[in-house]
Amino acid sequence: MGQIKLNQVTKSFGDVQVIPPLDLTIEEGEFAVFVGPSGCGKSTLLRLIAGLEDVTTGHIEIDGRDVTNVQPAQRGLAMVFQSYALYPHMSVRKNIAFPLRMAGMDEAEQKKRVERAASVLNLTDYLDRRPGQLSGGQRQRVAIGRAIVREPAAFLFDEPLSNLDAALRHGMRMEIGELHQSLATTMIYVTHDQVEAMTMADKIVVLRAGVIEQVGSPLELYRSPRNLFVAGFIGSPTMNLIEGAEAQKHGAATIGVRPEHIATGDPETSPWSGTVGLSEHLGSDTFLHVHDTGLTESITVRADGEVPLRHGDKVGLTPIADRIHKFDAQGLRIE
Amino acid sequence: MATKASTSAARLMMAPAVTLLLGWMLVPLTMTLYFSFADYRPLRGVFEPWIGFDNYARFTSSGSFWDAIWATLIMVGAILAITVTLGILLALLLDKPIFGQGVVRILVIAPFFVMPTVSALVWKNMMMDPVNGVLSHVFRFFGATPFDWLTQAPLTSIILIVSWQWLPFATLILLTAIQSLDGEQLEAAEMDGAPPLKRFWFIILPHLARAITIVILIQTIFLLGIFAEIFVTTQGSFGTRTLTYLVFQRVLESQNVGLGSAGGIIAVILANIVAIFLMRAVGKNLDA
Amino acid sequence: MARAASTRSRIGWTALAWGIGFLMFFPILWTVLTSFKTEAEAIAAPPSFLFFDWTLENYGIVQERSDYMRYLWNSVIIAGGSTLLGIIVAVPAAWAMAFVPGRFTKDILMWMLSTKMLPAVGVLYPIYLICIQLGVLDNRAALIIILMLINLPIIVWMLYTYFKEIPGEILEAARMDGATLKSEILYVLTPMAIPGIASTVLLNFILAWNEAFWTLNLTSVDAAPLTAFIASYSSPEGLFFAKLSAASTMAIAPILILGWFSQKQLVRGLTFGAVK
Repeated sequence: MGQIKLNQVTKSFGDVQVIPPLDLTIEEGEFAVFVGPSGCGKSTLLRLIAGLEDVTTGHIEIDGRDVTNVQPAQRGLAMVFQSYALYPHMSVRKNIAFPLRMAGMDEAEQKKRVERAASVLNLTDYLDRRPGQLSGGQRQRVAIGRAIVREPAAFLFDEPLSNLDAALRHGMRMEIGELHQSLATTMIYVTHDQVEAMTMADKIVVLRAGVIEQVGSPLELYRSPRNLFVAGFIGSPTMNLIEGAEAQKHGAATIGVRPEHIATGDPETSPWSGTVGLSEHLGSDTFLHVHDTGLTESITVRADGEVPLRHGDKVGLTPIADRIHKFDAQGLRIE
Repeated sequence: MATKASTSAARLMMAPAVTLLLGWMLVPLTMTLYFSFADYRPLRGVFEPWIGFDNYARFTSSGSFWDAIWATLIMVGAILAITVTLGILLALLLDKPIFGQGVVRILVIAPFFVMPTVSALVWKNMMMDPVNGVLSHVFRFFGATPFDWLTQAPLTSIILIVSWQWLPFATLILLTAIQSLDGEQLEAAEMDGAPPLKRFWFIILPHLARAITIVILIQTIFLLGIFAEIFVTTQGSFGTRTLTYLVFQRVLESQNVGLGSAGGIIAVILANIVAIFLMRAVGKNLDA
Repeated sequence: MARAASTRSRIGWTALAWGIGFLMFFPILWTVLTSFKTEAEAIAAPPSFLFFDWTLENYGIVQERSDYMRYLWNSVIIAGGSTLLGIIVAVPAAWAMAFVPGRFTKDILMWMLSTKMLPAVGVLYPIYLICIQLGVLDNRAALIIILMLINLPIIVWMLYTYFKEIPGEILEAARMDGATLKSEILYVLTPMAIPGIASTVLLNFILAWNEAFWTLNLTSVDAAPLTAFIASYSSPEGLFFAKLSAASTMAIAPILILGWFSQKQLVRGLTFGAVK
């Protein structure tokens, strides 16, 4: 259960087409992440799947059934909203039970399901509290609880972690990941954070201006970005992009090298060299921002461990040859 | 942003309110417009459906029209000046750390909830009565001759009464606006060396500008329609006949409906001029 | 955080504020006090402030002579009825405008606001005429409808601004959870909006209670509310200070109490949400 298929789907608001014709299949049990900068249409796409917006043209199928004109509640999907969208006037118990109550399920079964969900999510002690009395992370779990009791065909997450602080976000990321492992239900997750996408996804869908730029596993996207946009979007710190003479040497309009694929060395013998501007010492890694290389304004290099280089030092740089990405004048990858 | 189903449900749900208001606005207004071009005096049985702009000409050429416009302008202008100025001062005062702030606020706001007929009557008899009014007692206490407010200074008296009613409104709104001012801004200004008066002039007043505009516009709308206060006190005599009251007299007292309707249409046009500015101020807020 | 003001300046501001508060409230206070005096004490010079023989006789006389209860009942019916009717019409409209905004929603809202600015005298005679034709002059139902119509824009606006504060995502969540439009409004929106609806009811009750143009012009005996009751005291024969005070006190007491509860809503309601 849980295959979702989009067939030539488009969406326009008034005269503005925000999603040009789009095809996409999400397989059963897959964890798919829609990622892209804000305004790229990823949330709209999710809402189209949820049924909260009508598609302008095209069809949406869930498990082979055409649900294009089916009400949101009848699609068998559950959604976790960015703001959690908990009902503030209901206790946690009632919040989680709400979809069951709407479906007219009998009370005993409701209670059983709510308690099972609560124990999975460590909410048992909070069942009689109101959402206002919970922390951000707990609210998030209630929202997930409300989604899982319905035993949906697929879960939809709309930037669910963006309202949490960094530490909690990391924890919730793992929890959602574990939840996916244990439920093995299809999940579609929208985020603008490529780290979330990389760490959680089976399949990443990179979107820009309503257009799918690339679909693939995290490592596929990392290893062979199909174009400059994906290259710049996936990976942190972002890939160094170099144009001009240096790129032409490789027969490309632009070449890209990830910071972690550049080795530091002697400025005299290395192919590239420059002056260290800012160096960020994280302990496990050191990020060097190297200026005056003659290639581009600044090259970011990730060096392992504690590198004793500081502001003003000369440094030599060697890109790993088979890790250089080449792009043509249109920004498309050259194999 | 929504689905077709919810859009059509929404249209249906808006329909009653829109229809009712549309009817409320169009039907009587059309009738007034129609009467304003007619010679219509029901008590004498006169009804001639079309006399062109005669009513407008007669209404605007009579001395009482210009007196009424003048009285309206003075009244509204004076009340606005009093309520806004005192309202700012009172709001600043109530924003200070004072003991029993809640109670003081209640005392200051109370007049707004007094129904217009009561406040007019209370002021007329309890406060301004030349023999028994509290103000006369106060005058006598200081050795002055009591003053017959409503005959000797009728316009001023009404301005005083209405200002008393509306000062709470101005105060309350300006207080709300002052309290929304970011305290750090004032502290920053203090650090920058601005003394209290300058802080008021350069930080607080600009922050209040919007609220002041809204107070002025909303009060103007309500003040243009002042009726009960005049009805109860002077009945429009001694130069207190405002445009609203003049139209009321033409229509209901002397039953010259054609003439009164022309006056009504003029009142509508004047009110709309103010309304346009108010709607702009409110409309800006809708976008935010 | 503000620094603690020095106690001395705080006492100074407090004295000033209380003084002004007392002055503003004085006419009301004086009226209430006078209502407990005998007619003779009410016109004594110099007047006594607190040390007089307190009496309730004026209240009895006012009720007896002018049937205060009937006017009170009319006020309650008219203000309550028009508010209730207004809420019933406005809740669906405000829901639609807040949660399913269309291309013209903003224009409709502004247009509604503009109807509030129509000066009453502009439509006085047509309404008067229609009431005569329909035989509903001096009729409570007619006043309920008219007051509902004049306050409808305020009710819609207030509800709209309250509904706007309810995140649309919550309603979408309800939709995803299988709620029909009816259960969405019943189980999710209404409970969340109750404070806002209550404030709206309160403010509009007050506005309708104090409305003194239509109530004075369209009623005489049967449907006359307290505004008209009080206006009848302006005629010379009714001029007994203590009784006038008792009548005034009775007319404003209920609404003063309600009014004090609604200070905050007052700002929002009367500025159409432009100042919060």
